[in-house]
Amino acid sequence: MIVMVGGILMMVQYFIPHQYSQAVFNSYTEWAPIVGAFALILGVGSLTRVHSHKIRRKAKNWQYSWAVLLPLFGMPVFALLLPQSLAGGMEEPSIFHFLFMHIQVPIQSTMFSLLAFYIASAAFRAFRAKSALATVLLLAAVIVMLGQVPIGEVFGRWLPETGLWILRYPNLAAKRAIMLGVGFGILATNLKIIFGVERNWLGGAGK
Amino acid sequence: MRKNWIVVPALMILLLLLPALSVAQSDDEILTPVDDSLSTVTEPQPVAEEQLVEPDPGLDVPGAVTVMDKENDAGDLLLVSFEQPLYTDGIFAYNIYRRVAGEETWNLVEVIPADEPPEFIDGYDPEFPISPGVLYEYRIASATVDEEEFFGSVFEAEVVSVGEIYHTGKTRVLIAGGLFIFLIFYYFGKAQRGAKMYLRPIAGIEAIDEAIGRATEMGKPVLYVPGLSTISDVATIASLTILGRVAKKIAQYQTPLMVPNRDPIVYTIADEVVKQAYMEAGRPDAYDPDSVFFLTTSQFAFVAGVNGIMMREKPATNFYLGMFWAESLLLAETGSLSGAIQIAGTDAVTQLPFFITTCDYTLIGEELYAASAYLGREPKQIGAVKGQDSCKAIIMSFITLALLLAIIDLVAGTHTLDWVRQVITMPIVD
Repeated sequence: MIVMVGGILMMVQYFIPHQYSQAVFNSYTEWAPIVGAFALILGVGSLTRVHSHKIRRKAKNWQYSWAVLLPLFGMPVFALLLPQSLAGGMEEPSIFHFLFMHIQVPIQSTMFSLLAFYIASAAFRAFRAKSALATVLLLAAVIVMLGQVPIGEVFGRWLPETGLWILRYPNLAAKRAIMLGVGFGILATNLKIIFGVERNWLGGAGK
Repeated sequence: MRKNWIVVPALMILLLLLPALSVAQSDDEILTPVDDSLSTVTEPQPVAEEQLVEPDPGLDVPGAVTVMDKENDAGDLLLVSFEQPLYTDGIFAYNIYRRVAGEETWNLVEVIPADEPPEFIDGYDPEFPISPGVLYEYRIASATVDEEEFFGSVFEAEVVSVGEIYHTGKTRVLIAGGLFIFLIFYYFGKAQRGAKMYLRPIAGIEAIDEAIGRATEMGKPVLYVPGLSTISDVATIASLTILGRVAKKIAQYQTPLMVPNRDPIVYTIADEVVKQAYMEAGRPDAYDPDSVFFLTTSQFAFVAGVNGIMMREKPATNFYLGMFWAESLLLAETGSLSGAIQIAGTDAVTQLPFFITTCDYTLIGEELYAASAYLGREPKQIGAVKGQDSCKAIIMSFITLALLLAIIDLVAGTHTLDWVRQVITMPIVD
């Protein structure tokens, strides 16, 4: 009932620009992050529980759980209770900042940079000409890729132009078809949730 | 005698030029005198004096200010326009000041460069919002480059801002939305009355049972990633509905399940969904509270965590259903290397190629939303899928019609497609 009333209210609100209607919408958008902030406490509780269980049971690879729990509780200590710098004073950068910039940021950059190698690996697998359709895919990929780089023009203007044509017409048509289906899927899913046809997401897989 | 004969033609030329010179002197005195002595004699006329003097830009101020209420707003916007001054030389910008009628303090609400149209929509600045039903006064200053201001008169707004009950620009959205909702409800009803409806088989959904069975036979866990987005994303909700169905089968097979989460709210809901699925399967004792867990909100830290689980625990089946971004390939490629059977599904068009390349089965776009209906086979769920299909059929018929009209226009030189486009195209609304 709450979901239905809330859903219909939000649907009707879209067509009403009046200030009272906007106030309802704004209060909803203000409440959502507050609920999220409290849910984070549950999230941290889950992480702590799972890893403390592992350590207590001496489960497989339990040592790694220390690598999660120590920074999880260590970083807030440096941020809130020991905001000093490495030299001991209060000037920047603090220990928290140092740890963040020299451990967290490089690790994240490393993960992101791995993507380049993974793309090469996936492309190698995708572009093997095992069938007629795979050969068409390979040819299209070669034309588009060469058309995007300066060396492509060595073969003539037709290469970048053909690559652009593939991107603008066949590729865009397929993307739009998928997006159209997604739009209707979202509409149908929302209606199913609002009118209680779909309740699994609240718990309960149906009969 | 030879000297005298030159005087005769000279006099004749002088006689010929005399009428022309006298006309020029009587009509206009602005000709610059060749001789300095002549200029001292001729006094400049007042009209000529005005044309020669440069206008002082500082003294030129904008004229009347016109204020109108903006339509289709919450009563927090006003359309303001003003008359530009006659002489704009030296004016760098116009500073628009506003105050509540009767109050003392003026607020600078907008600066319009001198070369831009003299109009703007007032109320977008969050520091100085427009309140509905309040009467405002405006005055505009011409500003020089040196920030020197010369103010015009104070004008009281003719109207106050009022919020509208209905957004007239969204009528077409309302009609289209109403039509699609009607169609979906029509098929809901049809399905409930027992009508047989055909759903084309989707390989990815049919492989779910097989994938769970494989994990059971191998005695290895099933990994389910419900995307990285929040609960406000419909793809996440669709993923959680599938999780309920998948968890129920997993509970029946007594296979271990792992559901790492990036969003804390999604984590709490996923936990509830899995718990309920185990109860409905009649295996509440088999439910492991540690099977659904929160990892981190950081995107790549989450990827590192899930990839670590894949490499250590070696799950037999990986599900990636929901919203994914750059991490899609990092997850799917690691899963592929670990030897797991992988089923992915997302509505993120840019991530679909990565999943198609690296996963065994991929649910493309709307198939993610239809998966719950396929798994549950409930009449209303199937009716919703048929409703979606009928909506798509309408759009496809419009596209076909547009194609035919475009061909007719090309052949006959008519403009029917433009006319149709004007009728049905949705306007950009704010």
